[in-house]
Amino acid sequence: MYTAIMVLVVMVGIGAVFGFILALANKKFSMEVNPLIHIVEDALPKGQCGACGYAGCMAYAEAVVLNQEVPPNLCVPGKDAVAKAVAELTGKVAEQVEPRVAHIRCRGTVDKATSSYSYNGIEDCAAASLVQGGPKGCKNGCVGFGNCVGSCPFGAMTMGDKGLPIVDMKKCTGCGACEAACPKKVIQMISTNAHVKVDCNSKDKGAVARKVCTVACIGCGICVKNCSHGAIEVKDNLAVVDSKICVEKCSEATCFAKCPTGAINIASQIQVVQSATNLKATV
Amino acid sequence: MREYLALFIGSVIVNNFVLTRFLGLCIFFGVSKSLNASLGMGMAVTSVITLSSILAWVVYHFVLLPYGLTFMTTIVFVILIASFVQLLELIIKKQAPALYNMWGIYLVLIATNCIVLSVPILSVESNYGFGMSVVFAIGSGLGFALALVLMASLREKLVYADVPKALEGSGVAFIVAGMLSLAFLGFSGMI
Repeated sequence: MYTAIMVLVVMVGIGAVFGFILALANKKFSMEVNPLIHIVEDALPKGQCGACGYAGCMAYAEAVVLNQEVPPNLCVPGKDAVAKAVAELTGKVAEQVEPRVAHIRCRGTVDKATSSYSYNGIEDCAAASLVQGGPKGCKNGCVGFGNCVGSCPFGAMTMGDKGLPIVDMKKCTGCGACEAACPKKVIQMISTNAHVKVDCNSKDKGAVARKVCTVACIGCGICVKNCSHGAIEVKDNLAVVDSKICVEKCSEATCFAKCPTGAINIASQIQVVQSATNLKATV
Repeated sequence: MREYLALFIGSVIVNNFVLTRFLGLCIFFGVSKSLNASLGMGMAVTSVITLSSILAWVVYHFVLLPYGLTFMTTIVFVILIASFVQLLELIIKKQAPALYNMWGIYLVLIATNCIVLSVPILSVESNYGFGMSVVFAIGSGLGFALALVLMASLREKLVYADVPKALEGSGVAFIVAGMLSLAFLGFSGMI
């Protein structure tokens, strides 16, 4: 009987002491969490891609609600719809988000680009790049093991049968996860309004570039001469388009027509009207 | 001094909680995917084990033992640890937000973990004094952290390995953990 009473006393005692301490601590250390943070987080796509520059959607929601200087339009996958929703919730003015998509700056499929050796290691672009700059003849081209495909949080990329990744423009949100995953910096985010795009990343001299790939940019500069607005220049043997000048001044692109290797192309296929309906992440 | 050192090394390596006693396996497999996370978890577990062991020792020796209620040890310790972790979470959240951001999610996981419960129980069952039980707790925590960090380093490299399809992910992690455990078996009998 004595034991039973003691058990009861001790258990109730311990429970009461801890309950009391916890209740006290809860009051003393209580933190006000702004309920708006969760509402804003719900409005975000939850791809956790980090394109906004924060660790994830939750971190961005917290920053945008608590910090007046954080703009509401940082969510790249969310585009205008999400920017507007976040702006409305936080009472900030939304500036337009420039919609972007991933652009693969390489057309060197297995039949067009040479390979310098046969690679037999780990099927990973970063790992393959460590061995003599990768198995491809062109050391700036796509390695083709699909690190970008694996990194896409929206399932917008697939590996084509000719060794180059294919971007599904309808699913691509322009978050830039693939850009970060590519060890060769072949992938670049470009504006969906872009008129032309350079489908090559080769920084080799013309003769070398041509030797390893039939569709490489050889840095000849014909496109530069054909552009009447001065939007193109050749940097490191590679044509670079200043998209701002290109989009604002040019209405009818002519630069790509004379390209001897077809490395510069009109960007019609990326000008797909993107709706905010396909935003939910697949992961 | 000698016995303290022996106990410390014993709890870190020879009787490593994860690899020779097979406790705390849930966190061990859950958090060992990245080295950073495993370091944070290792530190969090070490501090929680140490603090809750001290608390448990006090309660055992000043409440349970004098009233002859040692058969209640397990259930009392469960309540102790669960409430203590809650309290710790509240305090850290308020006082050290940076630490909370690093530990926050792990603390909740720890509250119900067997390794945190088993250390105070083993410690009172072995009749350790106060100093001994603190050393035992720190050693066990560090041993857990060591196992976690080792496993995380292995698994980070494992990502690049060409693992058979059927064994990808958890399968190969179990195999690696088994090998690691076999390696730790080599320490047995050292103390």
